[in-house]
Amino acid sequence: MHEMSLTESIVEIALEEARRNGARRVRRIFVDVGALSHVEPEALEFCFAAVAAGTAAEGAELTIERLPGAGWCLDCDKQVPLAERYGPCPECGGYRVKMTAGDELMVRQMEID
Amino acid sequence: MCSVCGCGQAEIVADKDQREGGAPHVHDHAHPHDHDHDHGHGHDHDGDHDHLHDHAHHHHDDGTVDYGAGVAGVHVPGVSEERIVRIERDILSKNDAYARDNRRAFAAKQVFALNFVSSPGSGKTSLLARVIAALKDRMSVAVIEGDQQTANDAERIRAAGAPAIQINTGKGCHLDAHMVGHAFAELAPPSGAALFIENVGNLVCPAAFDLGEAHKVVVLSVTEGDDKPLKYPDMFAAADLLLLNKADLLPHLDDFSVGRCLANALRVNPRLQTLIVSAKTGEGVDAFVAWIEASAARRAAELARA
Repeated sequence: MHEMSLTESIVEIALEEARRNGARRVRRIFVDVGALSHVEPEALEFCFAAVAAGTAAEGAELTIERLPGAGWCLDCDKQVPLAERYGPCPECGGYRVKMTAGDELMVRQMEID
Repeated sequence: MCSVCGCGQAEIVADKDQREGGAPHVHDHAHPHDHDHDHGHGHDHDGDHDHLHDHAHHHHDDGTVDYGAGVAGVHVPGVSEERIVRIERDILSKNDAYARDNRRAFAAKQVFALNFVSSPGSGKTSLLARVIAALKDRMSVAVIEGDQQTANDAERIRAAGAPAIQINTGKGCHLDAHMVGHAFAELAPPSGAALFIENVGNLVCPAAFDLGEAHKVVVLSVTEGDDKPLKYPDMFAAADLLLLNKADLLPHLDDFSVGRCLANALRVNPRLQTLIVSAKTGEGVDAFVAWIEASAARRAAELARA
């Protein structure tokens, strides 16, 4: 269940930035999760309340933005949308697709008091 | 709770005595705790105004406050801009920073580190014991063992003739770079050694956590089925070498195709190298030992050039 560790990292980053910005409380954390990353957003949400409890981020809202996957098809020689991490090119059906987007896992910004 | 792995009770067990003594794993990174940042946010400028961020807004004569040049430089309807902080930090950055430290520490001692990953029961420990026996007269070997509980594997490795440290991750599903850094410092292998890190048996989570190793080696046993690389692609994509273990059982399996298994693995990772081995009969162990020696020499040459 590595979403628990990732949620810990999210909360830790938020608390560090909150301290740095003199915040009393974290109201909302915006997280980008690529569609092809190793992460289930539902599991992050599930862990978040438990991890944030007792910290300045307790009760904060976790807003997860799912970023679409994309890749470069070596055979078509162009950028194509990618539905699964090691999936085929939607145009030629080949597997020589190098992932270029969708792997993101980032705390983008947050709203503080 | 460890902020990197989320586990409650990771511990490093150097030997039996220490294990029974508890040997609490020291976490020296910042843990989130209840800071009560109770400073007056009243903006009354009465001298007791100690929050840290810069106020980039302007107080106009008519009493409006303009946040147009605030920290984020963005406008969200209904939200005071000042209260939005742009962060853009990678969630795995903590682990990756520890992994970089480990990589530097390994390079400083010319230690060649391999991170062995697989599902539970693939035969990693038996294979390592066999490899240690074949390698130890030519190269020092040290082992970091990761399991949720027990020091059984470290004991098996010591019996095979290599120093070993057991990390018990408690509830944690993977080793992280922070735990490995502590274990490496404690293990203190000699210069030029091979360091085998046997990760927690789990074909999912360890893929995302860089430990500072030179290569991930994924071990798959033939009894697990030849479609595993497609079912758990992340691990096969993250690895540089696939060891297909328990080859001695192939004559008894009518539904496992080595060709299909390797084709599936190569579909996920076209650069994956593959070896077929058996920890039981020793088949392929010499080839793996040769791979280790060649890869360690190559790594040393790369570091010398850098």
